[in-house]
Amino acid sequence: MSDSTLADRSASAKETPGRARAPHGAPGSSRGGAASSPDTPEGPISTANTAQGEPASTPVRRPGDRVFRGTAVGAGAFIVVLIAAIGLFLLLQAVPALRANQVGFLTSGVWNTTDPNSLQFGILHLLWVTVATSVLALALAMPVSLGIALFLTHYAPRRLARPFAYVVDLLAAVPSIIFGLWGIKVLGPTLVPVAEWLNRNLGFVPLFAQGNVSISGAGNVLTAGVVLAVMILPVITAVSREVFERTPKEHIEGALALGATKWEMVRTTVIPFGKAGYVSASMLGLGRALGETVALYLILSGTGAAPKLSFFDGGATIASKIALGAGEFNNELTAGAYIAAGLVLFALTFAVNALARAIVARKKVSA
Amino acid sequence: MAKRIDIKDVNIYYGKFHAVDSVTLSVPPRSVTAFIGPSGCGKSTVLRSLNRMHEVTPGARVEGQVLLDGEDIYAATVDPVEVRRTIGMVFQRPNPFPTMSIRDNVVAGLKLAGVKNRRRLDEVCERSLRGANLWEEVKDRLDKPGGGLSGGQQQRLCIARAIAVQPDVLLMDEPCSALDPISTLAIEDLITELKQDYTIVIVTHNMQQAARVSDQTAFFNLAGVGQPGRLVEVDDTEKIFSNPSQKATEDYISGRFG
Ligand SMILES: Nc1ncnc2c1ncn2[C@@H]1O[C@H](COP(=O)(O)OP(=O)(O)OP(=O)(O)O)[C@@H](O)[C@H]1O
Ligand SMILES: [Mg+2]
Repeated sequence: MSDSTLADRSASAKETPGRARAPHGAPGSSRGGAASSPDTPEGPISTANTAQGEPASTPVRRPGDRVFRGTAVGAGAFIVVLIAAIGLFLLLQAVPALRANQVGFLTSGVWNTTDPNSLQFGILHLLWVTVATSVLALALAMPVSLGIALFLTHYAPRRLARPFAYVVDLLAAVPSIIFGLWGIKVLGPTLVPVAEWLNRNLGFVPLFAQGNVSISGAGNVLTAGVVLAVMILPVITAVSREVFERTPKEHIEGALALGATKWEMVRTTVIPFGKAGYVSASMLGLGRALGETVALYLILSGTGAAPKLSFFDGGATIASKIALGAGEFNNELTAGAYIAAGLVLFALTFAVNALARAIVARKKVSA
Repeated sequence: MAKRIDIKDVNIYYGKFHAVDSVTLSVPPRSVTAFIGPSGCGKSTVLRSLNRMHEVTPGARVEGQVLLDGEDIYAATVDPVEVRRTIGMVFQRPNPFPTMSIRDNVVAGLKLAGVKNRRRLDEVCERSLRGANLWEEVKDRLDKPGGGLSGGQQQRLCIARAIAVQPDVLLMDEPCSALDPISTLAIEDLITELKQDYTIVIVTHNMQQAARVSDQTAFFNLAGVGQPGRLVEVDDTEKIFSNPSQKATEDYISGRFG
């Protein structure tokens, strides 16, 4: 008996979702159960709603909103002005040095700023090392991050996923200088045999040919790229993980219900859904790699020789070159040369970000 | 095609929570069985145990037997992926793969099963879309993304996707709850047509719908909050709606009809 009372209760509770019935129930019972047209009560109610909604045309401004709006606009404007001011400052500082430059800034690779009266500085070699290390880092970190992010979100047992994700995040907290030390003292020497093997067997490919520094020194693009890869791994993984986790459950179940294996499910739903996020995460990582200074300052062997466009080139990246030149900043003109290099880095990271945004925007449109 | 299902003493759990208690029920081939009952009584849970989708939820498990033409789909040697290939499912919210074209959505299951022949894929695509009464509406834009269709069209696309692999059984969890009355009627007609070829189990909150499309109706109920849901009775739809043998069923149905 108690069974049926409970059933009654749940049955009447069940009424709530059927909204059409709720307004109908009250008048219906007072009129003695005239249950003829169940949909009519909805009409008047919805018209009443729109009639009430219309008069609200004069916007009400609350003080809280005004204050918040003011702060938000102020903060936004401040940032924009600040960035513009920094750019302008850099530009103004760089112009005199660029004028005094005796070689083409964008076409030469020479860097000779010891004599302020005959400045020779070109960005080319620095640009190569910067781009090569960052792109190598990205090429190494992207697949690994993808694997880790997919593992953490869709393969790892929950109990394992959390601590593992934490460890990966912790990697981001290691200071660059530690990565630099590790790179030059531990990783570099272990990479030397690999580098020598690559050079011996694949030396005919320009990327693996002899570079402008000795391979046994390990202070080359390869070591730097691997270290950078480790450094940008956490950020790419963390962002991708967030995105992959958001894959709608309906899509995942839709794929599984069609008889997809786990990997097929990941391939048909998780990856298409997270692709844009993964690409922007990678661009975030690339941005970080391009600007990394201290670690590369420690790792890369300095050389005046022109790079051979090989993984075994040494030299400096734009950022590490600026750090190396800190001793020369007392001369305005010399400092201007480094600032000009800094501007190129600024433009490069800006372009990478813009590219990432464009990619993400296009992905969104097509999806 | 069109196999019989026998559910034998099935208990379903989410971790420690006992969601459904001891369900025993048979679904004859080429028929429509409707699951009705109040929210939270375990209709979806039972439905999802029929194609082993239940175990996709972490910690969820099923005890008992579900026989598909006499073979237990929960036997140790059975691969759940194979089970899901032969028992199709349509969900409450239309869930086409948004990045795939309409054509790719329809043949997604076949591609997963390894069919590569372009001609055959196109054939199946057309046949399934016709089967789901969607062909005329989309035949000129098969390469457009499936997410660009209306809700009702998307749901029919999902039905086309489910029948493209020619499953033995088709499970539908409130397939019309997100749809307007016209799309609902279209899908109900479709269910009646599909019955010729498939065994269909449908969950619905709409009594009229259960009465219109099903041959057999199962009423589920909760014994109380925190208690497992259970099967109150199952019988011919006509009998359930005119003269049910349990009072709880009658209360539930009459509560809905006023
Ligand atoms: N993923 C889950 N984890 C834990 N408990 C769940 C989960 N899904 C459902 N349940 C519980 O199992 C019980 C049955 O749920 P189920 O979704 O099968 O109900 P239903 O009859 O389909 O309800 P509705 O009509 O609202 O769809 C409910 O008590 C619900 O809270
Ligand atoms: Mg449900």
